[in-house]
Amino acid sequence: MNAQMKTGILVASLVVVAVVASFAKRSDVYLLTLYCVYLMATFGLNLTVGYAGQMSLGQAAFFGIGAYVAAIALKAGVPFLLVLPISAIACFVVGLALGFPALRVQHHYLAFATLGFNVLVYLVMRNEEKLTGGTFGISGIPRPSLFGVSFDGPLAFFFFTFVSLIILAFFLWWLLRSPWGRAFAALRDNPIRAESLGVNITAYTLLAFAIGAACAGIGGVYYASLVEFIEPGPFHFSTSLTMLLAVIVGGSGRFFGPVIGTIIIILLPELLRSTNVSWLKFMQTWYLAVFGVAVVALMIWLPGGILSIGDRFKSKEVAK
Amino acid sequence: MGDLIHLILSGTATGAIYALAALGFTLLWQAAGVINFAQGEFVMLPAFAMLFFIAVGAPLWLSFLLTCAVAMVVLGYGFKRVIVDPLIKHGVIPLVIATLGLSIAVKSIVRAGYSAEAHPFPSAFPAGQLSLGGIAVSYADIGTLVLAGLIVIGLQMFLNKTVTGRAMQAVAQNTDAARVLGIDVKRMVLYVFLINAVLSVVAALLVTPTYLAKFDMGDSIGQKAFFAAIIGGFNQTRGALLGGVLIGILENVVGFYVSPAYKEGVALVLFLAVILFRPEGLLGKAEERKV
Repeated sequence: MNAQMKTGILVASLVVVAVVASFAKRSDVYLLTLYCVYLMATFGLNLTVGYAGQMSLGQAAFFGIGAYVAAIALKAGVPFLLVLPISAIACFVVGLALGFPALRVQHHYLAFATLGFNVLVYLVMRNEEKLTGGTFGISGIPRPSLFGVSFDGPLAFFFFTFVSLIILAFFLWWLLRSPWGRAFAALRDNPIRAESLGVNITAYTLLAFAIGAACAGIGGVYYASLVEFIEPGPFHFSTSLTMLLAVIVGGSGRFFGPVIGTIIIILLPELLRSTNVSWLKFMQTWYLAVFGVAVVALMIWLPGGILSIGDRFKSKEVAK
Repeated sequence: MGDLIHLILSGTATGAIYALAALGFTLLWQAAGVINFAQGEFVMLPAFAMLFFIAVGAPLWLSFLLTCAVAMVVLGYGFKRVIVDPLIKHGVIPLVIATLGLSIAVKSIVRAGYSAEAHPFPSAFPAGQLSLGGIAVSYADIGTLVLAGLIVIGLQMFLNKTVTGRAMQAVAQNTDAARVLGIDVKRMVLYVFLINAVLSVVAALLVTPTYLAKFDMGDSIGQKAFFAAIIGGFNQTRGALLGGVLIGILENVVGFYVSPAYKEGVALVLFLAVILFRPEGLLGKAEERKV
């Protein structure tokens, strides 16, 4: 498949999504928007996990920081276009501060540090009632209006999020194609060789982690605006876990891996919830259990994730 | 002052339980290169298994022994054969991901298949308190300390004084050299998995009366085990003990003097401080990087 065909398929699928959304039920539009929002966070996580080769278990914490900063700022009347960089930079800086001690040592230390960080952030959200509203959360978060155009309606807000997601994805794609981004892959594949070629391992991994965190922060801003009410629940560390597994299951280090993975963690469970087919109803309660077992099985048989199936067949043909 | 001594004593008891879970975690890492993110669920499952045996009429001590046997088969041998053996050759990350998946699966299976409620769990020790010079200490704390202490000392003696124990340490320090010396590496690694399973059952026995048996009870204890292991030094068995007790005491002191709401954050702060200033852990030795 050449590059033109790939671009064609990509544009066609984006158009299909846009057309489907235009004729979909209100609840399905909401679901699609939610999917786009989570995809922002998992795209960022893929940068950390898939390209820089680091385990991060705190993506939901950055998602939450972005959402809370946005909720507080938007309610104070700060314009949306200003809130976006504020949240992103906040998450970027926190990411640097957290990643610095953890990345100086071995790679799995970041997993523990981010896990603990997520627990701590959750506690702050729940306990600092003056700032975060505690378990009651923050309600009445406004949706944005830009240049006099209001994005208050579900479909309008979907297209706003959808276009923002495409811009973010394009930015990440450009970043990974730049010499700077190529260094990430060099790092993941052989850190010692990369270091001897003059790549500063710590600085690059730290930056990848912080950029990944900033993406989650941006996702959080759209989340707050979409749901219009936030409370600590969605930012529990179990969300970080499912986000990480989404990236891995889709195929970490593959640009479109999160697209598949996020369908599995966000869209599928919601679709199952609204189904009327009786045997599928059984899956509503057992979804996570099946998902967990599937992850174990996937690691044993297809450690590269779902998108690596194609490579698996290719390498078999070559072997023949 | 009396408050402080009380807090330190009960913190040491809680910390001893963390240390048990951390000890298994460290042993697995040393001998088999396994980071088990389902360590907390390895404590939760035995708690429910013991409740099951109690429900069918067995006394607590018998339930404990039966659960030890089941855990050695399922969480020791089964975990090694089904998950670790096929994955260990791919490196650390796929195995970590698989244990994360396992953790979600086990939690969700217990939640969906059995119950999402918290179930009370009988204490192995009598209720009530012992008064020592004006300081009240509960029998449960004393019992926990004694039992956990005995197990840790016993394990240390086994590792240092017996031929099998020393062979296990040799495997942990240098697998290839151990193999050259004629040590049955596979068997030693299996022993480590069995010991980890038993340690988890003991931790479950001691922690469940206060935590209650619930599908997500492992989240907290699993995290404390990771942090305890790293704070003390990932390559030192004694380190896990120190880390566990340190977290237990500090949690109690912070919970009482600062704010009970942030008790759960103590372990993280301690962990970050340790990796900033002493990345190899308090008792750990710095490891050479393998090229």
